[in-house]
Amino acid sequence: MSRKPLVRECPPTTWYFRQPRYLRYMSREITSIFIAAYCVLLVVGLQRLSQGPAAWEGFLLALRGPDSIVFHLLALTAAFYHATTWFNATQKAMPIQIGEGFVPGNIISGAHYAAWAVLSVAILFLAGVF
Amino acid sequence: MTTPLKERLVQLEVLRYNPDTDTEAHFQRYEVVCQEEWVVLDALNKVKADIDPTLNYRWSCHMAVCGSCGMMINGEPKLSCHAFLRSYEGVIRVEPLAHFPIERDLVTAPDDFMEKLKRVKPYVISKQKKPIEEGEHKQTPAQLMKFRQYSMCINCMLCYAACPEYGLEPEFIGPAALTLAHRYNLDSRDGGRKERQEVAATLEGVWTCTFVGACSEVCPAHVDPASALQQMKITSSIDWIVEHLIPGGKS
Repeated sequence: MSRKPLVRECPPTTWYFRQPRYLRYMSREITSIFIAAYCVLLVVGLQRLSQGPAAWEGFLLALRGPDSIVFHLLALTAAFYHATTWFNATQKAMPIQIGEGFVPGNIISGAHYAAWAVLSVAILFLAGVF
Repeated sequence: MTTPLKERLVQLEVLRYNPDTDTEAHFQRYEVVCQEEWVVLDALNKVKADIDPTLNYRWSCHMAVCGSCGMMINGEPKLSCHAFLRSYEGVIRVEPLAHFPIERDLVTAPDDFMEKLKRVKPYVISKQKKPIEEGEHKQTPAQLMKFRQYSMCINCMLCYAACPEYGLEPEFIGPAALTLAHRYNLDSRDGGRKERQEVAATLEGVWTCTFVGACSEVCPAHVDPASALQQMKITSSIDWIVEHLIPGGKS
């Protein structure tokens, strides 16, 4: 008896509709588009700064527009979501063994959240918010 | 007197494929009277015994140890001996494990997985050879705990059926094999990490993984392959930094 295994292709563009966990994964990955777009915005800002005060003021004015505010809110939400998934993953990537046991995962992730909060406050302080 | 067991009419929709006569797979519906506390495997056994003896599937232990009876049950990779009928309502759709070629009905061809398992050298490669008369290689409980979780794999391949990267990039070594490589890399008696990295620290190795995490969610032995692969990415990155960015550094 000869073998004739049936090979089934994984649909390359629609596979993520197969399971809800794949959609959750794709939503995490899509956040990177907003983060990349925000990086481009920062580079444009630097370019305007290098072109002199008038160009910089024009850039700041554009940032105050409604489209810009909507984009910033979306980018901030995406960054929060991405950071949360990242910090929750740290306990898997960086287990800490003490003797025969392991440090509980929520302490490892919690330490990252704490460092995030401290650094955010420090940056806001340096930016003159407080 | 014992309470009579509750019965339930279960509808199964099973993917069938006969390599001798079929060019495509098709679903076949079975209605079978089951006990409420049965698992899907029991229902399949009842179908084979009473309704259709031509139905093919693999199983052995019936207690989630042997890893033979993995199937897609309502689209989710499961051990059919571990999938209780009471967890499902309506028609239960049973298909062979995704991402593997179908040999016949619910039986898949595991050849690719077996080949990849061999490539990661899943055995202790001794740090130093010592004669038997010098005694055993001792290991402390702490050294054992470092890798114990990753030694619990039962090779059921559910993680491969859950991993979309394996479905899209069949050359990916995949979750279970790479996790076993990690298990031996972490073993205090082992000195084979460098040999395994030649397979594991490559694009077809851990770097195809994009951390979907589905492998760990479906693993019936709670091995958590996703964590093993992320840890391997870190060691692979450290190796690269030491080799390329530190003068005189060797990985």
